Amino acid sequence: MTSTRTAWSTASRGAPSRFDLIAFVLVVGLFAFFAAASKGVLAPISSLDVTPISLDPAQLPYLVARSTLRMLAGLLLSLLFTFTYATWAAKSPRAGRILIPVLDVLQSIPILTFLSVTLVFFMSLAPGRVLGAEFAAVFIIFTSQAWNMAFSFYQSLRTVPTELTEAARSFRLSGWSRFWRLEVPFGMPPLVWNMMMSMSGGWFFVVASEAITVGPTTVTLPGIGAYIDLAIRQKDLHAVSYAILAMLAVILVYDQLLFRPLVAWSDRFRFDSEPGAPAPSSWVLDALAGSRLIARSLRRLRGFGRMLGAAIRVAPGSSSPDVAATNAENLDRIATGVLATLIGLAVWQAAWFLAPDLGWQDLLSTFGLGAITAIRVFALIALASLVWVPVGIYVGLRPKVARVVQPVAQFLAAFPNNLLFPFAVAAIVNFKLNANIWLSPLMILGTQWYILFNVVAGASAMPTEMRHVSNNFHVKGWLWWRKIALPAVMPFYVTGAITASGGSWNAAIVAEVASWGDQHLSATGLGSYIAHATTDGDFHRIVLGTVTMSLYVLLINRLLWRPLYYYAERKFRLS
Amino acid sequence: MNATPKTSADTPVLLDVVHASKSFTKGDGGDLLVLDDVNLTVRPGEVVGLLGRSGSGKSTLLRLIAGLSKPSGGRVNYLGKPVTGPAEGISMVFQSFALFPWLTVYENVALGLEAMHIARDEIRRRSLAAIDLIGLDGFESAYPRELSGGMRQRVGFARALVVHPNILLMDEPFSALDVLTAETLRTDFLDLWSDGRMPIQGVILVTHNIEEAVQMCDRILVFATNPGRIVSEIAVTIPRPRDRNDPAFAGLVEQIYVEMTAKKGRTASRISPASGSGIDTILPRVSSNILAGLLETVAAPPFSGRADLPEIASELTLEIDELFPAAETLQMLRFADLEGGDIHLLPEGIAFAGAEVDERKKLFARHLLAYVPLAAHVRRVLDERRTHAAPSSRFLDELEDHMSPEVAEETIRALVSWARYAEIFAYDDETGQFSLENPT
Repeated sequence: MTSTRTAWSTASRGAPSRFDLIAFVLVVGLFAFFAAASKGVLAPISSLDVTPISLDPAQLPYLVARSTLRMLAGLLLSLLFTFTYATWAAKSPRAGRILIPVLDVLQSIPILTFLSVTLVFFMSLAPGRVLGAEFAAVFIIFTSQAWNMAFSFYQSLRTVPTELTEAARSFRLSGWSRFWRLEVPFGMPPLVWNMMMSMSGGWFFVVASEAITVGPTTVTLPGIGAYIDLAIRQKDLHAVSYAILAMLAVILVYDQLLFRPLVAWSDRFRFDSEPGAPAPSSWVLDALAGSRLIARSLRRLRGFGRMLGAAIRVAPGSSSPDVAATNAENLDRIATGVLATLIGLAVWQAAWFLAPDLGWQDLLSTFGLGAITAIRVFALIALASLVWVPVGIYVGLRPKVARVVQPVAQFLAAFPNNLLFPFAVAAIVNFKLNANIWLSPLMILGTQWYILFNVVAGASAMPTEMRHVSNNFHVKGWLWWRKIALPAVMPFYVTGAITASGGSWNAAIVAEVASWGDQHLSATGLGSYIAHATTDGDFHRIVLGTVTMSLYVLLINRLLWRPLYYYAERKFRLS
Repeated sequence: MNATPKTSADTPVLLDVVHASKSFTKGDGGDLLVLDDVNLTVRPGEVVGLLGRSGSGKSTLLRLIAGLSKPSGGRVNYLGKPVTGPAEGISMVFQSFALFPWLTVYENVALGLEAMHIARDEIRRRSLAAIDLIGLDGFESAYPRELSGGMRQRVGFARALVVHPNILLMDEPFSALDVLTAETLRTDFLDLWSDGRMPIQGVILVTHNIEEAVQMCDRILVFATNPGRIVSEIAVTIPRPRDRNDPAFAGLVEQIYVEMTAKKGRTASRISPASGSGIDTILPRVSSNILAGLLETVAAPPFSGRADLPEIASELTLEIDELFPAAETLQMLRFADLEGGDIHLLPEGIAFAGAEVDERKKLFARHLLAYVPLAAHVRRVLDERRTHAAPSSRFLDELEDHMSPEVAEETIRALVSWARYAEIFAYDDETGQFSLENPT
């Protein structure tokens, strides 16, 4: 097994190195973490009531560990979904015609709805155990991450360079090894990037999902979200601050231990062959790569993968390719038919479910509420753009500042800003402000950073020559902004605004209703409509509100963002 | 097509392509023929060149042979058996190298063997041997992005050779390299081939470089476009190693130029004026700068109105993929004539070369409207409409009845750039509208 010379096997031979030590500590720590965190998962559900969460900060590490474990589980599930769903969509044009629009719709559905409509189902899976509620929490994390990961991987699969595919085929790699040796590596950098992007959504909703009431069912899962929920009910600003600090630490650790290594590792799968920007680095990856222990286990793993591949592969030559192709074709046709039927059934079911109880009046009023939320989202995006576009351009043109600001902005985007809501709500209650106006900024609290760091990236990517030209012709002031700076960052800005808009719609459900102790604030809008329906356990209104919000998001994407994106790409992309 | 210099008819046949054709389905459901009735036999010891311009189907043929796509008609036999998928014993070198950027040189080379399920020791031995042979010693652990183009293509060669193929397919393997690197790689390859140090028995080389074909091949099949087909076969009997300055070498290059610009019969020409009566003539994208430059160069001494195409190609360092479309466009516009591998200017061409900018534009506009039916057609439509505007999709639809959407798009692009130079009508890319208005 020592025949491949890879970066992994370059570790020095002989005595364990310092890398071995670091790697060992990391691995043992990981095991200990899993063991401790999963201890409570199989406990009977009554234990939740017996050992209620207290606001003792000493409890925080355990709670944070539980939340983190859910995050990881959700991430793994999302990966599994990505590799199957996106692959099917990309490999079968017929299925893709259905699967991709379905993904588009799924992406537009507010994430909390997934929780409210599935919670009862998941609770019934493991009756009387915490596990059911855990399933539900993991599922919601999955829904906040899986769609855009799948989209990204689908895009990658569709854009694998033809010659690479031909090379793989002409060297007679089986479908299984083509997937793992060509397609997955090729799609890895954008996939990791999207995983990172979805993390922020994940943290946001893990916090939201740990303390949730759907009608008569109330779930309080031990976790940082439950802690903060309790802190809000008890009006304990100190506890809120502790939770925020703990969260900051977790995100930092997550970033250092998981994403930084992933990004550094996935960099080797970048396809553009030109050495450009400095490669990202990670001390954890260095330690792991330097360790012989890890190298050996990885080789073992790879051997196992090969065995699996050999087991799965149909013996070559056993059937002619034509027959195999026809079989695959038939299978694909059947699967697509089943899928289409299922979707048809679902639509029919939804219509049947909604029709008898809801009249035109309800429909009109939800659309009206949707319009109010839409106005909020647009106003906030405009406001955030006014602030962050100039700042982003200013920062992006100064590499030294950008190096500091960029990671901070990304960090802020990943931070579950619902942890900060209590401060705002406490202030609104205190100063008796208008909830309809002052709750709104909460929707964009976390999503505005996407605008900032995309604009920073855009301004940094501006070619030096272009800057020199504008200096040379003395292009200054408003003319410079209008003709040079704004067009140059346009495609980046639009990308950021799209992400911010999508995130804000999702956040509306959490942001349009807020409470502080026994004070409950509510802003008029589609978000609060869904939130109230969820608390009341009124499934008709949940579904109606959700469908309306999906429609709004889809229409805004189709009619505004997508055309704008293509326009910006075509007109302003510097390449 | 069996007249081969080195082998006789009774030696075993490596590869046999019989009446192969390939067509793709067009947007409207019709078929578009890209390869028409091709016959080809390769015997051991041969290097066969497929020479032609882009769109002549030579790469399509190579992919049929590689088993990467299936012929629509006819068959491809390898060692007497039909090729139904990528065959063991046929491997390929790609124009863009097609290396896996996340694998090291060693891993890239070993990949083909791993797919063959060979013992790990054997994989290691053979991979290192191939790396050695191709001159990549010491680069085993490098990643492709660290290598220069020439070194990358060496990896491409090592990867193709390590599986010990009988036939090596090369798809313009040197065209992405600079002149010097390409020459080094070619000579290195020919040395290995002449010494018999490579495990291969036959080579098929796709190229659009005439000199390269003459230097490397025993037989050259010249392809024509629309549909792609073989128009002639030329045996190269010059002894190896071949010297480019050898008169026989230059003579053969000249002869191939003549073949490729022959005026009568089935020509290799992409736009033949004879068929240019309709609007369905495919227009190549040639910049008006290239056209003007070519006219000026031919008009000026030492050519003074008549030039040898190989000479003009080396004078202007143009590949045939650039020179031929330019020369043929001049022919279509009646500024020049092509015959016997020569280009000679017609009186209008000489007038153009001597004229000032405005005069040139007027002359060009007149010829464009007179000799390019599509230009006249668009202009007529714009004149007739009250708004003096029309979407490009209207003309694209018409063109797509006769050609693939990509070619139709290219043709419209070519027309737009010429029309803009001639100022006969305007085009707004954002709205996709042709109009008679001048931009504000």
